[in-house]
Amino acid sequence: MRVVFKTSYDHDIGMFRHRAQATWYVLLLTGVLALPLLLGSFLIGEMTNMLIWAIAGMGLMILVGQTGQASLGHAAFLAIGAYANVILQQRAGLPFLVSFPLAGLIAGAAGVLLAIPTTRLHGIYLAIATLAVSILVEDFIVIAEPLTGGVGGMFAADITIFGYAINRYINPDAFYWLTLAVTLLVVYFYRNLLRSPLGRAFAAVRDSEISAQAMGVNVPRTKALAFGLSTGITGLAGALMGHYSGVITHENFTVIISIQMLLMIVIGGLGTIHGAFFGAMVVVFLPQALSFLRDWVSGMTGGGSVAISGLETAVFAMILIAFILFEPMGIYGRWLKIRTYFELFPFYRKNMFRRQKSYLKTERMR
Amino acid sequence: MSPLLEFDNVTLSFGGLVAVDRLSFTVENGEVFAIVGPNGAGKSTAFNLISRFYDPVEGKIRLAGDDLVQHPSHDLAGLGVARTFQNIELFDQATVLENLLIGRHRFRKSNLLTEIAFTPFVRDQERQHRHAVEEVIDFLDLQPYREKRIAGLPYGVRKVVELGRALATKPRLLLLDEPASGLSVEETRDMAYWIEDIKKQMGITVLMVEHDMHLVSSVSDRVLAMADGHKLALGTPDEVQSHPAVLEAYLGAGDTADREAAE
Ligand SMILES: Nc1ncnc2c1ncn2[C@@H]1O[C@H](COP(=O)(O)OP(=O)(O)OP(=O)(O)O)[C@@H](O)[C@H]1O
Ligand SMILES: [Mg+2]
Repeated sequence: MRVVFKTSYDHDIGMFRHRAQATWYVLLLTGVLALPLLLGSFLIGEMTNMLIWAIAGMGLMILVGQTGQASLGHAAFLAIGAYANVILQQRAGLPFLVSFPLAGLIAGAAGVLLAIPTTRLHGIYLAIATLAVSILVEDFIVIAEPLTGGVGGMFAADITIFGYAINRYINPDAFYWLTLAVTLLVVYFYRNLLRSPLGRAFAAVRDSEISAQAMGVNVPRTKALAFGLSTGITGLAGALMGHYSGVITHENFTVIISIQMLLMIVIGGLGTIHGAFFGAMVVVFLPQALSFLRDWVSGMTGGGSVAISGLETAVFAMILIAFILFEPMGIYGRWLKIRTYFELFPFYRKNMFRRQKSYLKTERMR
Repeated sequence: MSPLLEFDNVTLSFGGLVAVDRLSFTVENGEVFAIVGPNGAGKSTAFNLISRFYDPVEGKIRLAGDDLVQHPSHDLAGLGVARTFQNIELFDQATVLENLLIGRHRFRKSNLLTEIAFTPFVRDQERQHRHAVEEVIDFLDLQPYREKRIAGLPYGVRKVVELGRALATKPRLLLLDEPASGLSVEETRDMAYWIEDIKKQMGITVLMVEHDMHLVSSVSDRVLAMADGHKLALGTPDEVQSHPAVLEAYLGAGDTADREAAE
């Protein structure tokens, strides 16, 4: 295991734990930047999709992983971001560079509005309230036909940045780089948040509202900020998703998507930026892997293609259950263990990561 | 000059149960003031009233002459009141360092925008927070635990971290709810030294609830004994310990009668 010698507080305040870690991330960055040179347009499209889900996941992660507030309604904010972006472009004639951040702001404002009546709710009650919002927004899209195009949905035009058109099919690499730039920006903001007072206030609200209050954290306000940041980032993902799929309808933003987003970050690893990415990889590449497997099986058996409806959902659910049972820290948690195993080889002890049994909190206030 | 803290005829009831009953006392600047009393006497409720978790039904609580009712509970840290909880309320998924840094929240001058951009101002502020927190770590000998998560720490260490988090807010008035409960003899002795130092070196006024009478008499200047929400006795530790009403509340009327019979 690496022992890090720290000679100034800046070592802890800095982005990376040590030089080698920074080097790894620079290598990773170079790799993802160069990816279009290595992959064909289909795979680059899938990578773009993965990044969009990762952005959405980071949005939800701020709320669930960092602040400890449940949300089963985040598809609503994907929708708000996606529709706001397209409507601002079509109706107000705004360019992407203006409509895109505005879409994020609108989704963020909607999140703050939702937070104001719901910050008093906890756990399952909050989950139900946000679930209701998801259903409401889905219905609203269908009803508000003059604004949203109703069941027919809306077409998202190509992204144009200073006259340069970006379309997923025509220039997938440009779309990928654009999405990557947004992803990196969100990661940067997220990382800064974690090392700032507000990020710590989020953690305080998550772990003990009562002592957060005693430490001077304005709990309702902090929750509202967390909602706003979270839904704002998710809204940005929604706007990108609109351009990615070309046409948006209420069916892209159902309650199932809300639930899937939550499962995604749980599987990836709650409370970490990495977790959002691992979760997005599962969401995007699992269906690919399954269809590949299905073709392979039907090839082996020589029969026609076996189509089992709901297979994806079932496998997804099984993975989730497996993680909750065996690896509550998600894929990222498992990765940390594997890495430690190799760093310490051959001295790894089996129960190294076992949590010390925490004492019972009896007689809690309130 | 008005006292640092003043309870003026304060009453609080939960439904039919009167948890604090027309309670009056004052805590003077610079003293260690202890509240003792049997279980359910209303000691923690008195703390929670100061923390503004409840509104008193009647009476006033004043901090340096300022009526506390006008302040929401998240203002209290800013007013210089810090506290610990009887059942330890730390941020379990965060490290010791992060817990202590949250104690610095009242000094936050940055906002959402400067923080997500991590401007030089924010970086500088972080350095100052860190410096202040390191002083607390040195004072309480928490160096070995700096990067450890609370969730894996022993009970005794958590108690110290919670004290540290309260100190990190640089309070004027420190409320300690049973600082020694569950601690070993050595840990209790450390706690006593720290309370002395907090009073003498840091000049912080301490109001504590404690059952350990040995600790109470060794560190406190004055003691308030209460039972069933009201005041039994107030005075020096010796005065209170030998007060007939206190003996009766602790030993029960029957015991006193037995003892009198034996004498
Ligand atoms: N939130 C609450 N709702 C209802 N009753 C409460 C509440 N908090 C405390 N009580 C009751 O008020 C009375 C005083 O409780 P309090 O916690 O202040 O006692 P205490 O003196 O701190 O006792 P201990 O030594 O056991 O900590 C008890 O009878 C308790 O059951
Ligand atoms: Mg108590």
